[in-house]
Amino acid sequence: MRKVYNKILSISGNVISVEAEGIAYEELAEITSWRGKSLAQVIKLEGNMVYLQVFAGSRGISTDDEIRFLGHPMQVSFSDDMLGRIFNGSGEPRDGGPPLTENVIEIAGPPVNPAKRIVPKRMIRTNIPMIDVFNSLVASQKLPIFSISGEPYNELLARIAMQAEVDMIILGGMGLKFDQYMFFRNILEEGGALGRSIFFIHTADEPVVESLMVPDLALAVAEKFALQGKEVLCLLTDMTNFADALKEIAITMEQVPSNRGYPGDLYSQLASRYEKAVDFEGSGAITTLAVTTMPGDDVTHPVPDNTGYITEGQFYLKNGRIEPFGSLSRLKQQVNDDTRSDHRAIMDGMIRLYALYKETEEKRAMGFRMSSWDQKLLKYGGRFEAGMMDLSVKISLEDALDRGWEILAECFTPEETGLRTELIREYWPVDLDAAEEESAEESADDQAEAEETAVEETTEADTETTDEVTKLDG
Amino acid sequence: MNQRIGEIVGISGNMINVKFEGAISQNEVGFAISGDERLKSEVIKIQNDIASLQVYESTKGLMIGDRVEFSSNMLSIQLGPGLLTQIFDGLQNPLPEIAEKYGFFLPRGVVLDSLGDDRPWHFTPMVKPGDVVIAGTRIGHVPETQFTHYIFVPFNFLGEYTVESIVDEGDHPVNGTIATIKDDRGQTIELSMQFNWPVKIPIKNYQQKLMPTETLNTNVRIIDTFFPVAKGGTYCIPGPFGAGKTVLQQITSRHADVDIVIIAACGERAGEIVETMREFPELTDPKTGRALMERTIIIANTSSMPVAAREASVYTATTLGEYYRQMGLNVLLLADSTSRWAQAMREMSGRLEEIPGEEAFPAYLESRIAEFYERAGIVELSDGEFGSLTIGGTVSPAGGNFEEPVTQSTLKVVGAFHGLSRERSDARRYPAIHPLESWSKYESFVPAESIRIAKDFLFKGSEVHQMMMVVGEEGTSIEDFIIYLKSEFVDSVYLQQNAFDEVDAATSPERQTLVLQKIGEILDVEFQIENKEEARKFFYDLRQAFIDLNYIQMGTDEFTRQEEVINDLIKGAVEA
Repeated sequence: MRKVYNKILSISGNVISVEAEGIAYEELAEITSWRGKSLAQVIKLEGNMVYLQVFAGSRGISTDDEIRFLGHPMQVSFSDDMLGRIFNGSGEPRDGGPPLTENVIEIAGPPVNPAKRIVPKRMIRTNIPMIDVFNSLVASQKLPIFSISGEPYNELLARIAMQAEVDMIILGGMGLKFDQYMFFRNILEEGGALGRSIFFIHTADEPVVESLMVPDLALAVAEKFALQGKEVLCLLTDMTNFADALKEIAITMEQVPSNRGYPGDLYSQLASRYEKAVDFEGSGAITTLAVTTMPGDDVTHPVPDNTGYITEGQFYLKNGRIEPFGSLSRLKQQVNDDTRSDHRAIMDGMIRLYALYKETEEKRAMGFRMSSWDQKLLKYGGRFEAGMMDLSVKISLEDALDRGWEILAECFTPEETGLRTELIREYWPVDLDAAEEESAEESADDQAEAEETAVEETTEADTETTDEVTKLDG
Repeated sequence: MNQRIGEIVGISGNMINVKFEGAISQNEVGFAISGDERLKSEVIKIQNDIASLQVYESTKGLMIGDRVEFSSNMLSIQLGPGLLTQIFDGLQNPLPEIAEKYGFFLPRGVVLDSLGDDRPWHFTPMVKPGDVVIAGTRIGHVPETQFTHYIFVPFNFLGEYTVESIVDEGDHPVNGTIATIKDDRGQTIELSMQFNWPVKIPIKNYQQKLMPTETLNTNVRIIDTFFPVAKGGTYCIPGPFGAGKTVLQQITSRHADVDIVIIAACGERAGEIVETMREFPELTDPKTGRALMERTIIIANTSSMPVAAREASVYTATTLGEYYRQMGLNVLLLADSTSRWAQAMREMSGRLEEIPGEEAFPAYLESRIAEFYERAGIVELSDGEFGSLTIGGTVSPAGGNFEEPVTQSTLKVVGAFHGLSRERSDARRYPAIHPLESWSKYESFVPAESIRIAKDFLFKGSEVHQMMMVVGEEGTSIEDFIIYLKSEFVDSVYLQQNAFDEVDAATSPERQTLVLQKIGEILDVEFQIENKEEARKFFYDLRQAFIDLNYIQMGTDEFTRQEEVINDLIKGAVEA
């Protein structure tokens, strides 16, 4: 039996100190106060002084409360029994079910050897066109969803969780509002996906420190399942809350802050979590999607900024839609060449036209005269936003590509799209041909034609390079 | 020798405080013993009888009172044949061998032999018994991939030695004795093909350092022509995330005209270096026809690997570069990213509770960065041969803002600045080096006059562009509009380069000179074009013709034909 201590020497923020011997770094302890029991973790050793961060917070802790060291670092039980269960930030059940104690594993294990990593090559289909078509998600990818408060990022995560073709979902919630937590639970339950999900939930009313363990718990469990051959999707929301918890502890420990109060090791802390995303050769994979809310919609804020340097691209969620311009999947080139022959062409072509639409939209807002080409672009922009960008659209990649052709055919003549002739011959919707020819004749007044030529010149030249150039994003 | 030991009295993050007895030295390596694991650490501060050590591994589970053994050596790496084609972590542990032994993960406290213990090499002696040798004397050589790898008297030997014996030509294991030498006091020392060198000490066994003048051909047009790098020079690539730093480094590592490339992936994504690791053995070096990997060493200490080893990885890479420079080779060291290295220093500085400088970086940040880049250089070796080490480091400034300490300290000491811009990468103008903000102190092989003309138009074109943003195209005169089109033309056909096209990816010096001269001629022509539509169309046609040219191998009939097409286009416009 390990010794029990009951003389707390200092309480500052959520950190307490006690004099004790034979304590290991990062070891766990259990504190019993009148509020109940809480776990605490050793974060600093100085002679016989042991500093612990208390997961349940220091509120109400008395200097004579009992501290019992557990003799091991943070652990979590790992078994198939976890499926469908909901845990808190200390790894204890919060769904009223029995606690799991067998087969415990350590969290925050060693990093993967880079020499054992493989070049990712499996696409994860989500049936969301803005992801599948334009920024494909790849197994082992780590992608943040950059967003601002009020945007439906949790709705997007839930949708991905429901629709993604993966074996299991692990959700790590940090600072979640209670209703968001219930939302996740209900939607997965209704969709019948709860049975293949595991939740680690820290809600906003709980002490901040408790959220620190959530990513490590979620990823440690994900890692074990992936090693058993499971395709795991790990969803984390919201990493900014996690970073803020790090900040709080760092400040309490009187560490020198580096940027806006965040500790100097913010990058390493985030990286060690994100880099857990991996494709184990001959086994499963972990793919991570993590919401990062940007305070003040500022992408240069330390949290999104450091995240951007770590992750393999990012999705921007703005005005309820995944922005086609800032969003980027750095790994999409690894998978989108063997889906369907028109995938890359549609991806580049539709975005290029959408960019032209945006310019036209600006011109229109400034009161410029709209040419017939501009009219076409305006029509296209509307169709694109409704048929592709809207978050409620749920169609397979192939259907989305077909829909892309339909939208193009509704708005443009084949030449105007700047797509390769062979692709047009193969995919241009036949039934729309007649109507399309008509409209081409209608608009055949001289001026429009002149403008069209100019536009074509640009797009053609661009097409030459876009296909390959997009790969350069790294 | 008596083992000096200490005892842990404090642990915070990856720093431990150790109470010791006797003498220990700054930067000495110690091992923290935890169960049967030996965690490598380095002394970074000594105060009275307490030494602070940064641990190169996770400190989880260490306890107060745990033993620390001091090694009396500074952090060192092994130098000798067998370094090329290897993939090491920041402390020179071979990662593939670790993977073979331990599987997917990097276990704690593992130390493997970097050069493969008793791997045999075909040794040819270059000295004979009775010869007098000093540190850095070549006593023999072995073939290593396509290079002659010289075997030296270790660089830290003081004074003169006499060769007592040396093995005959033949296969010998890398760790076996190949020679014995005697110092002036009659003490005999055995030499093998490998020896250790402390990474934080520059190797200086050369006659003199020279001024870098010869252009290092990277085959990237915007670099070689406008912002060249010299052999033995230094350059930096700062840029926000997603601007293409790593891709630019990858391109350079493939196409740069040097003997040896050392890639230090320091605290960046593992996925990126994996691409290089998997592709390089497959790719051939166009110059030698051999696998690119045969001229490459990869140091991979990616972002989730221990932070202290990240700090060491940059020094490890530099030492390897200096070692091959001693063989009269041209070495290019690509460090990606130096910001992560600086952050590793910041983390340690914070733990040491040093008074922080700007953005909490330590006050010595600037001098450390300067020391690092100063290890580059072209040198005259003792036998009159020349060797060079060129260093190119990427910088990842917070928020993409170049006004931060790492970028600023780096700019003070490098010879060329390739600033990447978000604007250009968003517009898919790759490589996204900003043509107006970047600079270089080195000279290009392209005639200066051609460069001046092109730069001039880029500058004027950007001014016109800014004006056009305010007054619109309608308010711009046709003369100004043509200047703008000319600058856009230079941008699209010369500054932008397609890294994924076999031909366009690498542009030889001759080709750069030829094409830029042609562009210069076009820029000089005063086109008599009446309206903007026509001007736009003409320049678009011209651009298309030039881009097509970029994709054609030089010296082929097709190339000549395409040149004709361009000439006709120009002629047509001048006559009209």
